[in-house]
Amino acid sequence: METQAIDGGFANPVFDAQAVFRAVMDAMARPGTIQPCGGLTVPPAPLSPVAGAVALTFCDNDTPLWLDPALQASAAAKHWLGFHSGSPLAHTPADAQFALVSSPAELIALENFAQGTQEYPDRSTTLILQVTSLSSGENLLLEGPGIEKAAMLAPTPLPRHFVEQWKQNRARFPRGVDVILAAPEGIACLPRTTRIKTMEA
Amino acid sequence: MNIQATDIATYNFAYLDEQTKRMIRRAILKGIAIPGYQVPFASREMPMPYGWGTGGVQVTASIIGPDDILKVIDQGADDTTNAVSIRAFFKKVADVAVTTETEKATIIQTRHRIPEAPLHAGQVLVYQVPIPEPLRFLEPRETETRKMHALEEYGLMHVKLYEDIARHGHIATTYAYPVKVEGRYVMDPSPTPKFDNPKMNMSPALQLFGAGREKRIYAVPPFTKVVSLDFEDHPFEIQKFDQPCALCGAEQVYLDEVILDDKGGHMFVCSDTDHCEKRREDGHRGHMAPENESRASPSSSAGPSPRKDGEEEAPTLTPPSPRPLRGEGKGEGQHQTFEKSREAE
Ligand SMILES: [Zn+2]
Repeated sequence: METQAIDGGFANPVFDAQAVFRAVMDAMARPGTIQPCGGLTVPPAPLSPVAGAVALTFCDNDTPLWLDPALQASAAAKHWLGFHSGSPLAHTPADAQFALVSSPAELIALENFAQGTQEYPDRSTTLILQVTSLSSGENLLLEGPGIEKAAMLAPTPLPRHFVEQWKQNRARFPRGVDVILAAPEGIACLPRTTRIKTMEA
Repeated sequence: MNIQATDIATYNFAYLDEQTKRMIRRAILKGIAIPGYQVPFASREMPMPYGWGTGGVQVTASIIGPDDILKVIDQGADDTTNAVSIRAFFKKVADVAVTTETEKATIIQTRHRIPEAPLHAGQVLVYQVPIPEPLRFLEPRETETRKMHALEEYGLMHVKLYEDIARHGHIATTYAYPVKVEGRYVMDPSPTPKFDNPKMNMSPALQLFGAGREKRIYAVPPFTKVVSLDFEDHPFEIQKFDQPCALCGAEQVYLDEVILDDKGGHMFVCSDTDHCEKRREDGHRGHMAPENESRASPSSSAGPSPRKDGEEEAPTLTPPSPRPLRGEGKGEGQHQTFEKSREAE
Protein backbone atom coordinates (compact mmCIF):
# COMPACT_ATOMS: atom_id res chain seq x y z
CA MET A 1 0.00 0.00 0.00
CA GLU A 2 2.86 2.38 0.74
CA THR A 3 4.14 2.32 -2.82
CA GLN A 4 0.61 2.38 -4.17
CA ALA A 5 0.03 5.65 -2.36
CA ILE A 6 3.24 7.22 -3.60
CA ASP A 7 3.23 6.00 -7.19
CA GLY A 8 0.87 7.02 -9.92
CA GLY A 9 0.74 10.78 -9.45
CA PHE A 10 1.49 13.25 -12.25
CA ALA A 11 4.79 12.48 -13.94
CA ASN A 12 5.19 16.19 -14.72
CA PRO A 13 3.09 17.90 -12.06
CA VAL A 14 3.30 21.40 -13.52
CA PHE A 15 2.52 20.59 -17.14
CA ASP A 16 0.15 17.72 -16.47
CA ALA A 17 -1.95 19.85 -14.13
CA GLN A 18 -2.01 22.64 -16.71
CA ALA A 19 -3.15 20.24 -19.43
CA VAL A 20 -5.90 18.77 -17.26
CA PHE A 21 -6.99 22.22 -16.13
CA ARG A 22 -7.35 23.42 -19.72
CA ALA A 23 -9.38 20.33 -20.57
CA VAL A 24 -11.71 21.01 -17.64
CA MET A 25 -11.84 24.76 -18.33
CA ASP A 26 -12.74 24.17 -21.98
CA ALA A 27 -15.30 21.53 -21.02
CA MET A 28 -16.87 23.86 -18.45
CA ALA A 29 -16.88 26.72 -20.97
CA ARG A 30 -18.47 24.56 -23.66
CA PRO A 31 -20.83 22.07 -22.05
CA GLY A 32 -21.44 19.03 -24.18
CA THR A 33 -17.97 18.98 -25.68
CA ILE A 34 -15.64 16.16 -24.71
CA GLN A 35 -12.11 17.32 -23.98
CA PRO A 36 -9.49 14.60 -24.28
CA CYS A 37 -7.49 14.06 -21.13
CA GLY A 38 -4.91 11.33 -21.36
CA GLY A 39 -4.16 8.86 -18.60
CA LEU A 40 -1.90 11.18 -16.65
CA THR A 41 -2.33 9.45 -13.31
CA VAL A 42 -2.45 5.81 -12.25
CA PRO A 43 -4.45 5.79 -9.01
CA PRO A 44 -5.53 2.74 -7.02
CA ALA A 45 -8.99 1.31 -7.75
CA PRO A 46 -11.77 2.25 -7.67
CA LEU A 47 -10.44 5.69 -8.59
CA SER A 48 -10.10 6.12 -12.37
CA PRO A 49 -7.05 7.72 -14.04
CA VAL A 50 -9.05 10.66 -15.40
CA ALA A 51 -10.90 11.33 -12.14
CA GLY A 52 -7.61 11.02 -10.27
CA ALA A 53 -6.01 13.56 -12.60
CA VAL A 54 -8.88 16.03 -12.12
CA ALA A 55 -8.65 15.65 -8.35
CA LEU A 56 -4.90 16.34 -8.32
CA THR A 57 -5.39 19.34 -10.60
CA PHE A 58 -7.82 21.17 -8.31
CA CYS A 59 -7.52 19.76 -4.80
CA ASP A 60 -5.00 20.68 -2.15
CA ASN A 61 -4.92 21.39 1.56
CA ASP A 62 -7.28 24.35 1.08
CA THR A 63 -10.08 22.23 -0.37
CA PRO A 64 -12.12 19.86 1.80
CA LEU A 65 -12.81 16.76 -0.29
CA TRP A 66 -15.80 14.46 0.04
CA LEU A 67 -15.47 10.85 -1.05
CA ASP A 68 -18.38 8.60 -1.91
CA PRO A 69 -18.73 5.40 0.13
CA ALA A 70 -16.91 3.27 -2.46
CA LEU A 71 -13.86 5.52 -2.27
CA GLN A 72 -14.18 5.85 1.50
CA ALA A 73 -13.95 2.08 1.66
CA SER A 74 -10.67 2.03 -0.24
CA ALA A 75 -7.75 2.76 2.06
CA ALA A 76 -5.43 2.74 -0.95
CA ALA A 77 -7.43 5.38 -2.82
CA LYS A 78 -7.70 7.54 0.31
CA HIS A 79 -3.97 7.34 0.94
CA TRP A 80 -3.20 8.11 -2.68
CA LEU A 81 -5.41 11.22 -2.65
CA GLY A 82 -4.02 12.28 0.70
CA PHE A 83 -0.43 11.84 -0.40
CA HIS A 84 -0.76 13.59 -3.76
CA SER A 85 -3.25 16.36 -2.96
CA GLY A 86 -3.04 16.92 0.77
CA SER A 87 -6.77 17.58 0.81
CA PRO A 88 -8.51 17.22 4.16
CA LEU A 89 -11.60 15.02 4.04
CA ALA A 90 -14.87 16.91 4.31
CA HIS A 91 -16.90 15.95 7.37
CA THR A 92 -20.19 16.34 5.55
CA PRO A 93 -21.09 16.82 1.88
CA ALA A 94 -22.13 20.38 2.75
CA ASP A 95 -18.54 21.12 3.81
CA ALA A 96 -17.04 19.83 0.58
CA GLN A 97 -15.42 22.06 -1.98
CA PHE A 98 -14.96 19.01 -4.19
CA ALA A 99 -16.71 15.66 -4.15
CA LEU A 100 -15.15 12.65 -5.78
CA VAL A 101 -17.69 10.06 -6.81
CA SER A 102 -16.65 6.67 -8.14
CA SER A 103 -20.19 5.20 -8.20
CA PRO A 104 -22.49 7.95 -9.48
CA ALA A 105 -25.52 5.65 -9.59
CA GLU A 106 -25.48 5.41 -5.79
CA LEU A 107 -24.83 9.08 -5.13
CA ILE A 108 -26.81 10.88 -2.43
CA ALA A 109 -29.02 13.75 -3.61
CA LEU A 110 -27.26 16.77 -5.08
CA GLU A 111 -29.00 19.07 -2.62
CA ASN A 112 -26.87 17.58 0.19
CA PHE A 113 -23.78 19.29 -1.16
CA ALA A 114 -22.75 22.89 -0.59
CA GLN A 115 -24.90 25.11 -2.80
CA GLY A 116 -23.19 28.42 -2.05
CA THR A 117 -25.13 31.40 -0.82
CA GLN A 118 -27.02 34.01 -2.77
CA GLU A 119 -24.19 36.45 -2.04
CA TYR A 120 -21.38 33.93 -2.51
CA PRO A 121 -22.73 31.37 -4.97
CA ASP A 122 -19.14 30.26 -5.65
CA ARG A 123 -19.00 28.62 -2.22
CA SER A 124 -20.50 25.44 -3.57
CA THR A 125 -19.34 21.89 -4.19
CA THR A 126 -17.90 20.85 -7.53
CA LEU A 127 -18.70 17.19 -8.12
CA ILE A 128 -16.28 14.98 -10.02
CA LEU A 129 -18.35 12.06 -11.28
CA GLN A 130 -16.47 9.06 -12.55
CA VAL A 131 -18.47 7.74 -15.50
CA THR A 132 -17.72 4.84 -17.81
CA SER A 133 -18.87 6.60 -20.97
CA LEU A 134 -20.00 9.97 -22.25
CA SER A 135 -21.78 8.56 -25.27
CA SER A 136 -23.55 5.33 -24.38
CA GLY A 137 -26.06 6.58 -21.80
CA GLU A 138 -29.41 8.23 -22.31
CA ASN A 139 -29.15 11.13 -24.76
CA LEU A 140 -29.29 14.46 -22.95
CA LEU A 141 -29.97 17.64 -24.87
CA LEU A 142 -28.05 20.56 -23.39
CA GLU A 143 -28.76 24.27 -23.68
CA GLY A 144 -27.36 27.36 -22.00
CA PRO A 145 -24.21 29.47 -21.83
CA GLY A 146 -21.31 27.94 -23.72
CA ILE A 147 -23.62 26.23 -26.19
CA GLU A 148 -24.37 27.93 -29.48
CA LYS A 149 -27.69 26.19 -30.09
CA ALA A 150 -27.84 22.78 -28.49
CA ALA A 151 -25.39 20.08 -27.55
CA MET A 152 -25.74 16.38 -26.89
CA LEU A 153 -24.17 14.22 -24.24
CA ALA A 154 -24.98 10.69 -23.10
CA PRO A 155 -23.02 10.03 -19.90
CA THR A 156 -23.46 6.86 -17.89
CA PRO A 157 -23.89 5.95 -15.12
CA LEU A 158 -25.60 9.02 -13.62
CA PRO A 159 -27.11 9.67 -10.20
CA ARG A 160 -30.71 8.56 -9.77
CA HIS A 161 -33.33 10.92 -11.22
CA PHE A 162 -30.49 13.03 -12.45
CA VAL A 163 -32.45 15.08 -14.98
CA GLU A 164 -35.04 15.99 -12.36
CA GLN A 165 -32.36 16.73 -9.77
CA TRP A 166 -30.56 18.89 -12.30
CA LYS A 167 -33.72 20.85 -13.00
CA GLN A 168 -33.88 21.67 -9.29
CA ASN A 169 -30.20 22.53 -9.27
CA ARG A 170 -30.77 24.88 -12.21
CA ALA A 171 -33.68 26.49 -10.38
CA ARG A 172 -31.41 27.41 -7.48
CA PHE A 173 -29.21 29.58 -9.74
CA PRO A 174 -26.95 31.40 -8.98
CA ARG A 175 -26.58 28.82 -6.21
CA GLY A 176 -26.02 25.21 -7.11
CA VAL A 177 -23.39 22.58 -7.80
CA ASP A 178 -21.28 22.10 -10.92
CA VAL A 179 -20.37 18.71 -12.32
CA ILE A 180 -17.19 17.45 -13.95
CA LEU A 181 -17.74 14.13 -15.76
CA ALA A 182 -14.51 12.12 -15.86
CA ALA A 183 -14.69 9.38 -18.49
CA PRO A 184 -12.09 7.18 -20.14
CA GLU A 185 -12.51 9.16 -23.38
CA GLY A 186 -12.08 12.53 -21.68
CA ILE A 187 -13.84 15.23 -19.71
CA ALA A 188 -17.23 16.86 -20.09
CA CYS A 189 -18.81 19.36 -17.74
CA LEU A 190 -22.22 20.49 -16.61
CA PRO A 191 -22.01 23.96 -15.10
CA ARG A 192 -25.05 24.97 -13.06
CA THR A 193 -26.23 27.14 -15.97
CA THR A 194 -26.82 24.19 -18.29
CA ARG A 195 -30.40 23.19 -18.99
CA ILE A 196 -30.94 19.48 -19.66
CA LYS A 197 -33.73 17.91 -21.63
CA THR A 198 -34.13 14.24 -22.30
CA MET A 199 -34.79 13.38 -25.90
CA GLU A 200 -38.30 12.05 -25.27
CA ALA A 201 -39.37 15.16 -23.38
CA MET B 1 7.95 17.05 -21.79
CA ASN B 2 11.06 18.42 -23.43
CA ILE B 3 14.16 19.35 -21.51
CA GLN B 4 13.74 23.05 -21.98
CA ALA B 5 10.26 22.95 -20.48
CA THR B 6 11.51 20.93 -17.54
CA ASP B 7 14.21 23.50 -16.88
CA ILE B 8 11.62 26.25 -16.73
CA ALA B 9 9.55 24.23 -14.32
CA THR B 10 12.37 24.41 -11.83
CA TYR B 11 11.75 28.11 -11.36
CA ASN B 12 7.96 28.09 -11.53
CA PHE B 13 6.56 27.77 -15.00
CA ALA B 14 4.52 30.91 -15.69
CA TYR B 15 5.94 32.52 -12.54
CA LEU B 16 3.17 31.48 -10.12
CA ASP B 17 3.63 28.57 -7.74
CA GLU B 18 1.34 25.57 -8.21
CA GLN B 19 -0.80 26.23 -5.15
CA THR B 20 -1.54 29.74 -6.37
CA LYS B 21 -2.40 28.45 -9.83
CA ARG B 22 -4.78 25.88 -8.35
CA MET B 23 -6.52 28.60 -6.35
CA ILE B 24 -6.87 30.82 -9.43
CA ARG B 25 -7.96 27.89 -11.59
CA ARG B 26 -10.70 27.05 -9.10
CA ALA B 27 -11.87 30.67 -9.22
CA ILE B 28 -11.88 30.62 -13.03
CA LEU B 29 -13.99 27.47 -13.05
CA LYS B 30 -16.56 29.07 -10.74
CA GLY B 31 -16.53 32.21 -12.82
CA ILE B 32 -17.39 30.23 -15.94
CA ALA B 33 -20.16 28.39 -14.10
CA ILE B 34 -21.69 31.66 -12.83
CA PRO B 35 -21.34 34.05 -15.79
CA GLY B 36 -20.79 37.66 -14.76
CA TYR B 37 -20.44 36.90 -11.06
CA GLN B 38 -17.26 38.22 -9.44
CA VAL B 39 -15.38 35.40 -7.73
CA PRO B 40 -13.08 36.57 -4.91
CA PHE B 41 -9.53 35.23 -5.12
CA ALA B 42 -6.32 35.73 -3.18
CA SER B 43 -4.44 37.96 -5.60
CA ARG B 44 -0.68 37.59 -5.48
CA GLU B 45 2.09 40.13 -5.76
CA MET B 46 3.43 40.14 -9.28
CA PRO B 47 6.74 41.54 -10.49
CA MET B 48 4.98 44.59 -11.89
CA PRO B 49 2.84 47.40 -10.44
CA TYR B 50 -0.93 46.93 -10.08
CA GLY B 51 -1.55 49.40 -12.85
CA TRP B 52 0.05 46.96 -15.25
CA GLY B 53 -2.75 44.50 -15.26
CA THR B 54 -1.64 42.09 -12.57
CA GLY B 55 -5.11 40.50 -12.50
CA GLY B 56 -4.95 39.68 -16.17
CA VAL B 57 -1.38 38.49 -15.82
CA GLN B 58 -2.33 36.11 -13.00
CA VAL B 59 -5.21 34.70 -15.02
CA THR B 60 -2.99 34.21 -18.07
CA ALA B 61 -0.26 32.65 -15.92
CA SER B 62 -2.75 30.17 -14.51
CA ILE B 63 -4.15 28.98 -17.82
CA ILE B 64 -1.13 29.17 -20.14
CA GLY B 65 0.73 26.06 -21.29
CA PRO B 66 3.72 25.30 -23.49
CA ASP B 67 1.54 24.92 -26.60
CA ASP B 68 -0.16 28.29 -26.31
CA ILE B 69 0.39 31.24 -28.61
CA LEU B 70 0.04 34.50 -26.73
CA LYS B 71 -0.98 37.91 -28.00
CA VAL B 72 -0.98 40.95 -25.71
CA ILE B 73 -2.67 44.21 -26.59
CA ASP B 74 -2.93 47.51 -24.85
CA GLN B 75 -5.64 49.81 -26.22
CA GLY B 76 -5.61 47.67 -29.34
CA ALA B 77 -1.88 47.95 -29.94
CA ASP B 78 0.64 45.14 -29.68
CA ASP B 79 3.63 47.43 -29.46
CA THR B 80 3.05 49.69 -26.48
CA THR B 81 5.42 49.41 -23.55
CA ASN B 82 2.87 47.60 -21.41
CA ALA B 83 2.00 45.05 -24.07
CA VAL B 84 5.65 44.47 -24.92
CA SER B 85 6.57 44.02 -21.25
CA ILE B 86 3.81 41.52 -20.53
CA ARG B 87 4.60 39.59 -23.68
CA ALA B 88 8.31 39.49 -22.77
CA PHE B 89 7.40 38.37 -19.26
CA PHE B 90 5.52 35.32 -20.51
CA LYS B 91 8.14 34.56 -23.11
CA LYS B 92 10.64 34.40 -20.31
CA VAL B 93 8.70 32.60 -17.59
CA ALA B 94 6.62 30.28 -19.79
CA ASP B 95 8.70 30.06 -22.96
CA VAL B 96 5.53 30.37 -25.03
CA ALA B 97 5.22 31.43 -28.62
CA VAL B 98 3.93 34.95 -29.07
CA THR B 99 2.16 36.64 -31.94
CA THR B 100 0.56 39.91 -32.89
CA GLU B 101 -1.95 38.18 -35.14
CA THR B 102 -5.38 37.88 -33.57
CA GLU B 103 -6.22 34.92 -35.75
CA LYS B 104 -3.23 32.85 -34.61
CA ALA B 105 -3.38 33.52 -30.88
CA THR B 106 -4.82 30.97 -28.45
CA ILE B 107 -4.73 33.44 -25.55
CA ILE B 108 -5.15 37.19 -26.00
CA GLN B 109 -4.50 39.34 -22.96
CA THR B 110 -6.02 42.75 -23.40
CA ARG B 111 -6.34 46.12 -21.81
CA HIS B 112 -9.22 48.28 -23.01
CA ARG B 113 -10.05 46.72 -26.38
CA ILE B 114 -11.51 43.67 -28.08
CA PRO B 115 -9.80 42.90 -31.39
CA GLU B 116 -11.64 43.86 -34.58
CA ALA B 117 -11.09 40.45 -36.20
CA PRO B 118 -13.79 38.01 -35.09
CA LEU B 119 -12.58 35.62 -32.39
CA HIS B 120 -13.06 31.91 -32.81
CA ALA B 121 -13.86 28.91 -30.64
CA GLY B 122 -10.96 27.78 -28.52
CA GLN B 123 -9.54 31.27 -28.08
CA VAL B 124 -9.41 32.86 -24.65
CA LEU B 125 -9.61 36.61 -24.19
CA VAL B 126 -8.13 37.72 -20.84
CA TYR B 127 -9.09 41.24 -19.75
CA GLN B 128 -7.08 43.37 -17.36
CA VAL B 129 -9.62 44.95 -15.06
CA PRO B 130 -9.06 47.94 -12.78
CA ILE B 131 -12.50 48.14 -11.13
CA PRO B 132 -14.54 44.95 -11.43
CA GLU B 133 -17.61 46.19 -9.54
CA PRO B 134 -20.04 47.98 -11.85
CA LEU B 135 -22.02 49.23 -8.85
CA ARG B 136 -19.01 50.58 -6.98
CA PHE B 137 -19.54 54.20 -8.01
CA LEU B 138 -23.11 53.98 -6.73
CA GLU B 139 -22.30 52.15 -3.53
CA PRO B 140 -18.79 52.08 -2.03
CA ARG B 141 -19.50 49.31 0.46
CA GLU B 142 -18.66 45.82 -0.75
CA THR B 143 -21.24 44.25 1.58
CA GLU B 144 -23.93 46.38 -0.03
CA THR B 145 -22.96 45.78 -3.65
CA ARG B 146 -22.81 42.07 -2.92
CA LYS B 147 -26.35 42.27 -1.57
CA MET B 148 -27.48 44.18 -4.63
CA HIS B 149 -26.10 41.49 -6.91
CA ALA B 150 -27.60 38.77 -4.73
CA LEU B 151 -31.05 40.34 -4.94
CA GLU B 152 -30.68 41.55 -8.52
CA GLU B 153 -31.24 45.08 -7.30
CA TYR B 154 -30.04 46.93 -10.34
CA GLY B 155 -32.49 49.82 -10.27
CA LEU B 156 -29.85 52.31 -9.13
CA MET B 157 -27.73 51.48 -12.14
CA HIS B 158 -30.61 52.33 -14.42
CA VAL B 159 -31.21 55.54 -12.51
CA LYS B 160 -27.58 56.46 -13.07
CA LEU B 161 -27.83 55.87 -16.80
CA TYR B 162 -31.07 57.79 -16.90
CA GLU B 163 -29.37 60.75 -15.23
CA ASP B 164 -27.04 60.73 -18.21
CA ILE B 165 -30.04 61.08 -20.46
CA ALA B 166 -31.53 63.87 -18.37
CA ARG B 167 -28.25 65.77 -18.51
CA HIS B 168 -27.06 65.07 -22.04
CA GLY B 169 -30.13 63.92 -23.92
CA HIS B 170 -28.53 60.52 -24.42
CA ILE B 171 -26.55 57.96 -22.46
CA ALA B 172 -23.14 59.61 -22.31
CA THR B 173 -21.28 56.70 -20.76
CA THR B 174 -18.84 55.51 -23.40
CA TYR B 175 -16.38 53.33 -21.47
CA ALA B 176 -16.97 50.50 -19.03
CA TYR B 177 -20.56 50.61 -20.21
CA PRO B 178 -22.42 48.15 -17.96
CA VAL B 179 -23.79 44.93 -19.41
CA LYS B 180 -26.14 42.23 -18.18
CA VAL B 181 -24.86 38.71 -18.60
CA GLU B 182 -27.27 35.90 -19.44
CA GLY B 183 -30.13 37.93 -17.99
CA ARG B 184 -28.74 37.80 -14.46
CA TYR B 185 -25.57 39.63 -13.37
CA VAL B 186 -24.75 43.22 -14.21
CA MET B 187 -21.08 43.23 -15.13
CA ASP B 188 -18.36 45.76 -15.84
CA PRO B 189 -16.84 44.93 -19.23
CA SER B 190 -13.63 46.65 -18.06
CA PRO B 191 -12.77 50.04 -19.55
CA THR B 192 -13.27 48.97 -23.14
CA PRO B 193 -15.11 51.49 -25.30
CA LYS B 194 -18.80 50.65 -25.56
CA PHE B 195 -18.03 50.17 -29.26
CA ASP B 196 -16.74 46.74 -28.24
CA ASN B 197 -19.71 45.71 -26.11
CA PRO B 198 -21.61 43.97 -28.94
CA LYS B 199 -18.54 41.80 -29.59
CA MET B 200 -18.94 40.26 -26.14
CA ASN B 201 -22.39 38.95 -26.95
CA MET B 202 -22.47 35.33 -28.13
CA SER B 203 -18.72 35.39 -28.79
CA PRO B 204 -17.28 31.98 -29.72
CA ALA B 205 -14.30 32.78 -27.46
CA LEU B 206 -14.09 32.38 -23.70
CA GLN B 207 -13.74 35.72 -21.92
CA LEU B 208 -11.94 35.87 -18.58
CA PHE B 209 -11.55 38.98 -16.45
CA GLY B 210 -8.88 39.50 -13.79
CA ALA B 211 -8.74 42.37 -11.32
CA GLY B 212 -5.51 42.11 -9.31
CA ARG B 213 -5.81 44.96 -6.87
CA GLU B 214 -9.51 44.25 -6.26
CA LYS B 215 -8.95 40.50 -6.10
CA ARG B 216 -11.77 39.43 -8.39
CA ILE B 217 -12.07 37.06 -11.30
CA TYR B 218 -15.12 36.78 -13.52
CA ALA B 219 -15.99 35.21 -16.81
CA VAL B 220 -18.28 35.12 -19.80
CA PRO B 221 -18.41 31.67 -21.40
CA PRO B 222 -18.62 31.39 -25.19
CA PHE B 223 -22.08 31.81 -26.70
CA THR B 224 -23.43 33.72 -23.72
CA LYS B 225 -25.86 36.61 -23.92
CA VAL B 226 -24.25 39.93 -23.04
CA VAL B 227 -26.65 42.85 -23.28
CA SER B 228 -25.73 46.50 -22.77
CA LEU B 229 -28.13 48.19 -20.37
CA ASP B 230 -30.43 50.69 -22.03
CA PHE B 231 -33.95 52.03 -22.20
CA GLU B 232 -36.73 51.51 -24.67
CA ASP B 233 -36.76 55.18 -25.64
CA HIS B 234 -32.95 55.41 -25.50
CA PRO B 235 -31.57 52.20 -26.95
CA PHE B 236 -27.90 51.32 -26.66
CA GLU B 237 -25.81 52.62 -29.53
CA ILE B 238 -22.14 52.21 -30.29
CA GLN B 239 -19.88 55.09 -31.18
CA LYS B 240 -19.87 56.04 -34.84
CA PHE B 241 -16.97 57.60 -36.66
CA ASP B 242 -17.67 59.97 -39.52
CA GLN B 243 -14.50 59.02 -41.38
CA PRO B 244 -12.61 55.81 -42.16
CA CYS B 245 -9.12 54.92 -40.87
CA ALA B 246 -6.62 57.32 -42.46
CA LEU B 247 -4.16 54.51 -43.11
CA CYS B 248 -6.20 51.49 -44.17
CA GLY B 249 -9.56 53.02 -44.98
CA ALA B 250 -11.42 50.70 -42.60
CA GLU B 251 -14.93 51.65 -41.60
CA GLN B 252 -16.91 50.31 -38.67
CA VAL B 253 -13.78 49.90 -36.58
CA TYR B 254 -12.71 51.78 -33.48
CA LEU B 255 -10.45 54.72 -34.29
CA ASP B 256 -7.90 56.62 -32.25
CA GLU B 257 -7.10 60.24 -32.96
CA VAL B 258 -3.36 60.69 -33.44
CA ILE B 259 -1.85 64.16 -33.16
CA LEU B 260 0.65 64.75 -35.96
CA ASP B 261 2.06 68.17 -35.06
CA ASP B 262 1.46 71.08 -32.74
CA LYS B 263 -0.57 72.98 -35.34
CA GLY B 264 -3.63 70.87 -34.96
CA GLY B 265 -2.68 68.29 -37.56
CA HIS B 266 -4.23 64.96 -36.72
CA MET B 267 -5.64 61.80 -38.18
CA PHE B 268 -7.92 58.97 -37.15
CA VAL B 269 -6.45 55.49 -37.34
CA CYS B 270 -7.45 52.00 -36.27
CA SER B 271 -6.82 51.43 -32.58
CA ASP B 272 -6.32 47.74 -33.45
CA THR B 273 -2.81 47.85 -34.95
CA ASP B 274 -2.88 44.24 -36.14
CA HIS B 275 -6.15 44.79 -37.97
CA CYS B 276 -4.80 47.94 -39.63
CA GLU B 277 -1.54 46.27 -40.71
CA LYS B 278 -3.38 43.24 -42.09
CA ARG B 279 -5.63 45.47 -44.16
CA ARG B 280 -2.68 47.44 -45.55
CA GLU B 281 -0.88 44.19 -46.37
CA ASP B 282 -3.98 43.28 -48.31
CA GLY B 283 -3.64 46.50 -50.28
CA HIS B 284 -6.20 48.69 -48.53
CA ARG B 285 -5.18 52.33 -48.35
CA GLY B 286 -6.58 55.25 -46.39
CA HIS B 287 -6.28 58.86 -47.50
CA MET B 288 -3.11 59.48 -45.46
CA ALA B 289 -1.34 56.21 -46.11
CA PRO B 290 2.20 56.60 -47.48
CA GLU B 291 2.43 55.52 -51.11
CA ASN B 292 4.93 52.70 -50.78
CA GLU B 293 4.78 51.89 -47.13
CA SER B 294 5.27 48.35 -46.02
CA ARG B 295 4.51 48.70 -42.37
CA ALA B 296 3.49 52.12 -41.12
CA SER B 297 3.19 52.43 -37.39
CA PRO B 298 1.47 55.63 -36.43
CA SER B 299 0.25 54.19 -33.19
CA SER B 300 3.44 52.31 -32.48
CA SER B 301 4.02 54.20 -29.31
CA ALA B 302 0.49 54.70 -28.18
CA GLY B 303 0.88 56.14 -24.76
CA PRO B 304 -1.20 55.84 -21.65
CA SER B 305 -4.90 56.36 -21.80
CA PRO B 306 -6.03 59.87 -21.04
CA ARG B 307 -8.66 58.26 -18.87
CA LYS B 308 -7.89 58.20 -15.20
CA ASP B 309 -9.35 54.90 -14.19
CA GLY B 310 -6.67 54.16 -11.67
CA GLU B 311 -5.46 51.16 -13.62
CA GLU B 312 -2.59 52.77 -15.39
CA GLU B 313 -0.49 54.80 -13.07
CA ALA B 314 2.98 53.89 -14.13
CA PRO B 315 3.94 56.91 -16.19
CA THR B 316 7.65 56.45 -15.61
CA LEU B 317 7.42 53.15 -17.40
CA THR B 318 5.47 54.41 -20.37
CA PRO B 319 6.77 56.71 -23.08
CA PRO B 320 4.90 60.00 -22.94
CA SER B 321 4.36 60.77 -26.60
CA PRO B 322 2.81 60.87 -29.05
CA ARG B 323 -0.37 60.08 -27.23
CA PRO B 324 -3.49 59.35 -29.19
CA LEU B 325 -6.63 60.92 -27.95
CA ARG B 326 -9.40 58.48 -27.54
CA GLY B 327 -11.02 58.78 -30.90
CA GLU B 328 -14.55 59.82 -30.33
CA GLY B 329 -14.56 62.49 -32.97
CA LYS B 330 -17.59 63.81 -31.25
CA GLY B 331 -18.92 63.51 -27.79
CA GLU B 332 -15.44 63.39 -26.36
CA GLY B 333 -15.44 64.32 -22.73
CA GLN B 334 -19.05 63.55 -22.14
CA HIS B 335 -18.28 60.21 -20.63
CA GLN B 336 -16.42 62.07 -17.93
CA THR B 337 -19.55 62.29 -15.81
CA PHE B 338 -19.51 58.54 -15.45
CA GLU B 339 -15.81 58.43 -14.82
CA LYS B 340 -15.81 61.23 -12.29
CA SER B 341 -18.42 59.58 -10.18
CA ARG B 342 -16.23 56.49 -10.18
CA GLU B 343 -13.14 58.38 -9.21
CA ALA B 344 -14.96 60.02 -6.35
CA GLU B 345 -14.94 56.73 -4.47
ZN1 LIG C 1 -6.64 51.12 -40.17
